[in-house]
Amino acid sequence: MHATRPPTGGIVRSAKPLRLTLQRREAIACALFIGPAVLGFLVFSLFPLVTSAAVSLTNYRLAGWPDFVGLDNYRSLLQDPLFWQSVRVTAIYALAVVPLWLVNSLALAIVMNRNLPGMHVFRTVYYLPAMLSGVAVSMLWIWLLNYRYGMINTFLRLLSIQGPNWLGDKRWALGSIILMSQWSVGWYLPIWLGALQGIPTELYEAAAIDGGGWWAKLRSITLPMLSPVIFYNLVMNIIWATQLFTEVFMLTQGGPQFATLSYILYLYNNAFAYQKMGLASAMSWLLFLAVLVMTLAVFRSSPMWVYYEAERRRS
Amino acid sequence: MTPATHRGTHAVPVWARRRLRRALGTVAVYLILGIGSTLFLLPLYWQLSTSLKTATDAQRFPPVWFPWPLQWGNYPELLGRFPFLLYVRNSVTISSLVIIGTLLSSSLAAYGFARLRMPGRDVIFVVLLSTLMLPSAVLIIPQFILFQNLRWVNTYRPLIVPAFFGSPFNIFLLRQFFLTIPPDLEDAARIDGAGYLRTYAQIVLPMAKAALLAVAIYSFLGSWNDFFGPLIYLSDKDKYTVAVALRYLQGSVRTRPENHLLMAAATLSILPCVAIFLFAQRHFIQGTVVTGVKG
Repeated sequence: MHATRPPTGGIVRSAKPLRLTLQRREAIACALFIGPAVLGFLVFSLFPLVTSAAVSLTNYRLAGWPDFVGLDNYRSLLQDPLFWQSVRVTAIYALAVVPLWLVNSLALAIVMNRNLPGMHVFRTVYYLPAMLSGVAVSMLWIWLLNYRYGMINTFLRLLSIQGPNWLGDKRWALGSIILMSQWSVGWYLPIWLGALQGIPTELYEAAAIDGGGWWAKLRSITLPMLSPVIFYNLVMNIIWATQLFTEVFMLTQGGPQFATLSYILYLYNNAFAYQKMGLASAMSWLLFLAVLVMTLAVFRSSPMWVYYEAERRRS
Repeated sequence: MTPATHRGTHAVPVWARRRLRRALGTVAVYLILGIGSTLFLLPLYWQLSTSLKTATDAQRFPPVWFPWPLQWGNYPELLGRFPFLLYVRNSVTISSLVIIGTLLSSSLAAYGFARLRMPGRDVIFVVLLSTLMLPSAVLIIPQFILFQNLRWVNTYRPLIVPAFFGSPFNIFLLRQFFLTIPPDLEDAARIDGAGYLRTYAQIVLPMAKAALLAVAIYSFLGSWNDFFGPLIYLSDKDKYTVAVALRYLQGSVRTRPENHLLMAAATLSILPCVAIFLFAQRHFIQGTVVTGVKG
């Protein structure tokens, strides 16, 4: 201790005030303000994510000490036909639902983006179903899709068409889930409407002077100007589509003959019906990697089709 | 050029043709939107009308479109046969604590990220935001293992406690809002000797009422409608939330012709969401616009 003292002896730096600098005080305040959120991220997101990588290498069953099994969980998944069925179901669902969501909600928003009386009523009507609980909506659709007394087959019968056994027929079950998911298409309406209202009207006026019709306006103005929002919605929709659970859990429990066994439903079954936590953790990690790859692919492709006005101006 | 000259020589004046076209366009818009909203509302009408039918009328072909007399008695019957009000109370308890926790933690963090400077702050913010891209299903199993080891399973803690540690979506939403508030007032308060916490609580929060309301509504809907969480964490029947109770009803009466009661339960369960939505839709449509465009 003594050796490190500066040669001046007694008055070691005591001239420096004990009070913290303003900068440092602000930094401490900032740390305290964001502290809980950072702690939450560490404890409830990062820590579980990392430990689950470890758990995925064990045969953990919620009780007893787990054994290390190496890559066995991953190996048995890749050989499991039901795992591949769940991948297939989720992929078909995503491939059908993501374009439908994007196109339908954007078309709806474009039609609605007009300064006409009563538009807010329509906005409310289309947005409402997206606010309702998945379970209540599923109960309603079980009833709507009822083979004998459901509303949908009732309408079809008025047109003298015998509707299919929606949920009981393996050729129609996944289609029923896709149909049902379109009821919440209004979820993205506010985002589209906000973005549409942000497009400068001069662009459309200029196009009108040049004699451009609605198709030209849509293709050369609306879509390019919306492309950052399309990009955002595409990424979010893909992630959302991989999460399919409540609907299949309620409507079909994955049946008939695994025709609606979604990835998350299979994960749930492995974890909570068979207590195979190691296997389920491996499924979590594979899903994480798949979503990461898809998101990165969309990000990488974005320079080809996403138009950022600000960037263009800079260059 | 050619179409313009062509139009000019036409018998009907240009302005009249243009007006006619605009009128036709308006009619088409109303027609499309009208048919669409009828299709969107029909399921809800079907639900409500089924809940007011007798058991036999609910299973009839051709269906009874306008049940008469309305069977309001279905609702007391449902409440008498199942402790539905208990489930409502459980859901309300969880949802209100989640709202409080989210408002507190997210607004604190958002204020820190928006206004207070600290080295590395923006990196932390981006890392937090990146969890928005993390599918929640990825975390379900590891979180369950965590809570199981904390002995929190079959309590409300896994559903409530995380809300007190901020949610990236709401932090982002509030931060964007705080950034739009001019900092002059806060600076004045600071010069007058108010601390950071007081500036935040007495100057910033009152100005952010609209955004806070949006966050409160989002967290209410998220918590009220949450199914996966209560499904895996709650095992005692008397701890069920409305969402899990609905699923239990659906399972238990499936074999009996009681669709009218099921629809009554579903109607009761969406009532708070519909009421809040109609009451405050302006606010949270605004909120989504903020996040949607900036995201």
